Amino acid sequence: MRRLPRSAWHAATVASVRPETSQSARIELDVDGWPGNAAGQHLDVRLTAPDGYTATRSYSIASSGPSSRVVLAVDRVPGGEVSPFLVDELRAGDQVEVNGPLGRFFIWEAPGADVSDAPNAPDAPDVSDAANASDAPDARDASRPVQLVGGGSGIVPLYAMAHAHAEAGDDTEFRLLYSVRTPEDTFFRAELAQLAVNGPGRAGGIRIDLIYTRAAPTGHERPPMRLTRDEVARLVVPAERAPRVFVCGSTGFAELVASWLLDLGHDARSIRIERFGGT
Amino acid sequence: MSFITRGFSGRGRAGRDERLPPGQTLVEDFPVLSAGPTPDIDTADWQFTIRTESGVDTSWTWDEFMALPIEDVSTDIHCVTHWSKLGTSWRGVSVDTLFEQVETEYEFAMAHSYGGYTTNVPLEDLLDGKAWIAFEFDGEPLEPEHGGPARLIVPHLYFWKSAKWVRGLVMMPDDDPGFWEQNGYHLHGDPWKEERYW
Amino acid sequence: MTEHHRTAHPAPHVDGNALAGPLAELFAFDVTDAVARCGSCGTADVVARAMVYRSAVGTVVRCPACDDVLATLVESDDRIWFSMRGMSAIEVRRR
Repeated sequence: MRRLPRSAWHAATVASVRPETSQSARIELDVDGWPGNAAGQHLDVRLTAPDGYTATRSYSIASSGPSSRVVLAVDRVPGGEVSPFLVDELRAGDQVEVNGPLGRFFIWEAPGADVSDAPNAPDAPDVSDAANASDAPDARDASRPVQLVGGGSGIVPLYAMAHAHAEAGDDTEFRLLYSVRTPEDTFFRAELAQLAVNGPGRAGGIRIDLIYTRAAPTGHERPPMRLTRDEVARLVVPAERAPRVFVCGSTGFAELVASWLLDLGHDARSIRIERFGGT
Repeated sequence: MSFITRGFSGRGRAGRDERLPPGQTLVEDFPVLSAGPTPDIDTADWQFTIRTESGVDTSWTWDEFMALPIEDVSTDIHCVTHWSKLGTSWRGVSVDTLFEQVETEYEFAMAHSYGGYTTNVPLEDLLDGKAWIAFEFDGEPLEPEHGGPARLIVPHLYFWKSAKWVRGLVMMPDDDPGFWEQNGYHLHGDPWKEERYW
Repeated sequence: MTEHHRTAHPAPHVDGNALAGPLAELFAFDVTDAVARCGSCGTADVVARAMVYRSAVGTVVRCPACDDVLATLVESDDRIWFSMRGMSAIEVRRR
């Protein structure tokens, strides 16, 4: 485990807001004093009304690295208090407060990458102790394939990981399984297509499998329907190859996928999940 | 507060009203507050119990409970999280009715809920027409997410005292703190005195 | 009083990752990356895997195995209350 920058509250100025899909916006923030972040981390956005009322929500970060330009992709939750404001009302030049970077559990770092300070050298974990659920990354993780599984806007932290992997020219095997309603609802559509140009066998490459649940592009063989257990069995790096699996999506999606992965023999400690609720 | 985000006011937060206690804002919807999974309780299994220092429990099944005198209650409710809702209508059994069958010298009660939630209320805040076990809201059976099949309502105190999925009261000699009261919230919770936190 | 109920309604929970922000103000380490042992059933797991129920009143952290309360967090404008009453121990990795 490497030392990551400490989180703190920062003032952020909106650099740009543009539609990501019909229901979401890509928001770029210039964060004063931002120390950089690892791929997969999140931040908390705090909005303050003139009467002092505040509302705080967590959003995954789509970008990574030392830059103080931080990219979010926010889905509009109908009836929500914060996300409709961010998607529909926020404009360049507006200010919000952000707390971050947050979370060291749902992150991926390129082997050898150094965010700051020296790496420590933990003793080899005692895998014989079944009760020891500690699953901090160790040196062997570097050679393990990485499987990303995302549903809807759950792609955001996974996109950050895939992008960081490509940027680093890392030769870890990467796969992404992405379930989305329609082609128009696909986040980072152009960027994902670009990442997929390099297949999984090449440095920085990735294999991307897109699952459309409501409407598929013309010529797509698979009829639109929900992701199935069989597809997870077929498209996810098999358990025998001990992939590290990152799952992000709604609570229902994440729990269903996780239960299938366990059924298919994946070690619970190799599965990292980020669930998101509403608003 | 010096930092303001342009154009942000919060959802459904309307203006002030003299019926509102200090620090409260009017809302139209009914925010749901949950400390855990919503328990699914069949009325066939439901039971309400009052336990006193005698060690004898007084219990009502759903059918026995429905045979008790039922009251219509119209009241304002105030949540500690600064929202208030005016003129809500409930149907339920007055806690006075239940205590007609119970003898106790203890002056405090702990409300217990299915799912494990607890909240403490002095007996004097439950009697004399101040509290009900409600099973209807707005003319409809109380939905599970709002505490159905039955919840305590103590509308003159902050709404966390109105325990959802209530299953009984345990009488106590002292005002021991319940779930939220152990973790920061005020032992009593009078909205007109802004008794929000310790 | 005994309880006879089941939980049928999918609850609006998220997971322990959501605690990173609120707890960053309290601790010098990332609590979500630490391992906590449930005082009730004994399960030890990373806090990020706990079930988290967030409401405006407060946040309740529950054991992913037995659903018992591990921790609660209450925030007012000027104060924070954090209880770890359901954790028998927490393991933090030295960095």
